[in-house]
Amino acid sequence: MKELIRSLVETTGPSGYETQVRELVQNSIAGLVDEVKVDALGNLIARKGKLKDGGKRVMLSAHMDEIGLIATFVDDNGFIRFTANGGVFPVYLLGSRVRFLNGVEGVIGTENNNLRDQSPAMDKCFIDVGAKDRQGCPVSVGDMAVFIRPYLDLGDRLVSKALDDRVGVAILVEALKQLQDTPNELYFVFSTQEEVGTRGAITAAYAVDPELGIALDVTKTGDTPKCDKMEVALGKGPTVKVRDSGMLSDPRVVRWMRKTAEKAGIPYQLEVLEAGSTDARSIQVTRSGVPVGVISIPCRYVHSPSEMVDYQDVVNSVKLLAALLSERIVLEQQ
Amino acid sequence: MTAKTLSPVIDKEQIALLEQLSNACGILSDVGEVRKIVLEKIQPYCDSVKVDALGNILATRKAQQPGALRVMLAAHMDEVGFMVVESEEGGLFKLVTVGGIDVRYLPGKPVLVGKDHVPGVIGAKPIHLMKSDEMQTAMDLDGLRLDVGPDGGDKVKPGDHVYFATRFQQVGSSLVGKALDDRIGVVTLATLLQYAPANIELLAAFTTQEEIGLRGARVAAYGFDPDLAIVLDSTPAHDYPSYDGSENRYFNTRLDAGPAIYVADTGTISDPRLLQHLFRVAVENGIPYQIRQPGPGGTDAGSIHKQRSGIPSVSISVPGRYAHSPVMVSRLSDWRNSLTLVHTALTTLPQDILQRA
Repeated sequence: MKELIRSLVETTGPSGYETQVRELVQNSIAGLVDEVKVDALGNLIARKGKLKDGGKRVMLSAHMDEIGLIATFVDDNGFIRFTANGGVFPVYLLGSRVRFLNGVEGVIGTENNNLRDQSPAMDKCFIDVGAKDRQGCPVSVGDMAVFIRPYLDLGDRLVSKALDDRVGVAILVEALKQLQDTPNELYFVFSTQEEVGTRGAITAAYAVDPELGIALDVTKTGDTPKCDKMEVALGKGPTVKVRDSGMLSDPRVVRWMRKTAEKAGIPYQLEVLEAGSTDARSIQVTRSGVPVGVISIPCRYVHSPSEMVDYQDVVNSVKLLAALLSERIVLEQQ
Repeated sequence: MTAKTLSPVIDKEQIALLEQLSNACGILSDVGEVRKIVLEKIQPYCDSVKVDALGNILATRKAQQPGALRVMLAAHMDEVGFMVVESEEGGLFKLVTVGGIDVRYLPGKPVLVGKDHVPGVIGAKPIHLMKSDEMQTAMDLDGLRLDVGPDGGDKVKPGDHVYFATRFQQVGSSLVGKALDDRIGVVTLATLLQYAPANIELLAAFTTQEEIGLRGARVAAYGFDPDLAIVLDSTPAHDYPSYDGSENRYFNTRLDAGPAIYVADTGTISDPRLLQHLFRVAVENGIPYQIRQPGPGGTDAGSIHKQRSGIPSVSISVPGRYAHSPVMVSRLSDWRNSLTLVHTALTTLPQDILQRA
């Protein structure tokens, strides 16, 4: 599975331009699903199974897009100004390297280059692709770029850009491999444009019209020195999300997830995320409403070019998902 | 067999329509004046016309060939303005803004109030009485009043809508008006209905409530459920020199540089397939265009592309200086090139543009 994660994170897929990731996923799931389509916004929607024996129509969602930058201006000397495509934190910009969709790579610098201990504002930064002037710059206004950084396998811990949410994508693919028979009609949605406002999930959920929605995404942790308090740590299992700033998980779904994890002996953590959300917030308010829940993979340094997850958490996420989906789903009130 | 399509132009007739529309008043869904003019203009060319629950005009023109793509074109009828919220004595009223307006523009501006266009001014303390520190800061809306005088006071009440009073002018190649955003798109769309390409089913939405959150377009797109959408709007040209002489990196768009094509803004990442088609059409036909600087702002596309199971969308704007002020300035050349670009892009729209490899 590490090899799948590696190939996914090394692929370029800024929000709105997820084609390369989609093609990789399509190849990975070939033969594992009964039907595949790509919708108008580029979501890959793959169905496995048909409703039987009281099963449910379930939408699983993990997003293919990653945060990145858009060129806004090229100056006389060939320096590129940019804005964010998704939630980019200026603190991670300096010294970062980026790759544009056309393959051009560059490094980020800032005005007032004697600043040593301050985070620059984004509009004071620029990308240097080695061009000497505007005419010679191989990047045009509107071109999209993503951060680059080598994938790092530290044994139990994996480090890369775009683990948010390629690790979720990998978990969905792996769960597809492990799932045998299911009474449920499962729609594996590899969604687009999550980082700019969970947009792909809006139209995918409309089309799927599910009875239950589950998003697979990363979440923050509270296990690094002097960080904000949060009861989530690497290595303690996937989380069952209770709430984030975009939605409240359906309590019945939370209960079902916890019960299933406990029965199967899979470690899990409960999660309350103060800032941030997932595709589940879009799924929940689709049509006449959908019960939703989220399985999160704890991740340090989210939205940096070096996000870190624990490999056992990833493996346990696959196990939990497979356990959840392989049997008839009963959502119980208290 | 394809029927011959005539090419539309911006000429006296279109400029006269823009004058009439820019001078008409309409905010939110209260766009009856604008809608009446548009309906009168487009009725003869449409196969169906209706006004939906939010006040959008939904007009269609059928294709002249089977299996044609259903293309939604949208332009918003509403403009930015104000609402009266509180009555004070002597014909003075408090206002709130409707849509994004820079309050620093307002002191001393003539306005019109309500259906009867009661004339008034937005008043502020005159320079004679200003203290030196007051001169250094902009007045906020709480410090400004709508003044319609004691006789006008009886005709104005809280809840009334207020509009800038600027009359449209053409100054050579420049167009000046209060509501070029987006009446210029409205005229473009009306003209496209008149000269509808035979190869597509044209679904025209003249929308409401764009300036307060792209609301009309949302239900219009749900209603039409088109294959793809192109939004015709107006965008700020911030193309004047920087105050400190530095290179202007925040130009957004420039006048006389052609229609502004959107790659990404706050609300939408444009569909790459539609973008490539527009770029190709522009280059092949020698139509100048510019890429609207990615960043803040948005158009009806922000609502449209998320409807139902997704609608590939792109926006094209005519640039205008001093957006959301009483005096927007656009150029005829940009308007003409916008119309030509959209019309040519539609007549050459590949039938398989939405098919993925």
